[in-house]
Amino acid sequence: MKLKNNALSLDSTDMEILRALQKDSRETYGAIGKRLGIAHSTVYDRIRKMEQQKVIKNYTTTVDVEKIGIRNITAIMTVYADPKEIEKVAEKLAALAEVLEIYTSLSEELLVIAKVTAASQEDLHEFIANSVAPLPGVSRIRTSIITKKFKETRFQLR
Amino acid sequence: MKEEMNSRILRTLPREKTFYFFTSIGNYTGESAASLKEFMERVKTVNVKSLEFHLSRGDFEKWITEVLEDKKLALDVWRLQKSNLLGDSLRNQLYITVSRRYKELVAKPIFPA
Repeated sequence: MKLKNNALSLDSTDMEILRALQKDSRETYGAIGKRLGIAHSTVYDRIRKMEQQKVIKNYTTTVDVEKIGIRNITAIMTVYADPKEIEKVAEKLAALAEVLEIYTSLSEELLVIAKVTAASQEDLHEFIANSVAPLPGVSRIRTSIITKKFKETRFQLR
Repeated sequence: MKEEMNSRILRTLPREKTFYFFTSIGNYTGESAASLKEFMERVKTVNVKSLEFHLSRGDFEKWITEVLEDKKLALDVWRLQKSNLLGDSLRNQLYITVSRRYKELVAKPIFPA
């Protein structure tokens, strides 16, 4: 792993280790090393370095919430706001537990797009009416409730 | 005492107590009312779907009772909710109801000579 033009440059072994961890972050150093033909201590050292450099940000668990009886609804909320206030709006929303993901986007207008969750449609409405609409600079909100999920994944290394 | 109550109902509210007009769940029109006067004005101009949405849910009655603290107007709005009016008929009737109450509240008391 080297630093090149302020970006970390990973060699093919680092990339293979990352691919393995993205597939199964609980795979042992030994198993990864065996598959790649390197010592498990090499795998350990490389993973440690990538953790220290924040190439590996965290190890998470994906929970199937429906299987444990949580039937939350998810919605995509588009917030139209005064361009001078848009960053502040996004920062304030980012601090709220109901907001799962949040982005600013420039199409015809500068927008804040957020993926939000709530226990029910009523809770979703209360959240938007009480915590989003009153934010200074917010001029309009469009919300689409997600009815069916076809895919959800993170970026996978190829 | 009555004047005090009237001015409380007519006060300007902070952002967190303001009424925000939506046309459906999560769809905010950009219109809001931070006082009874503003509310009356918005009733004339806001998308009529928003009036139908909030009236059917009892949102106006709730805001008028809990935030403006005007039980008399809340009762009139509740009666309107029961009338099942839609569209411009609803807008007109709601405007008449709110503006009548607003005029009552801003009218100066007449003292005997």
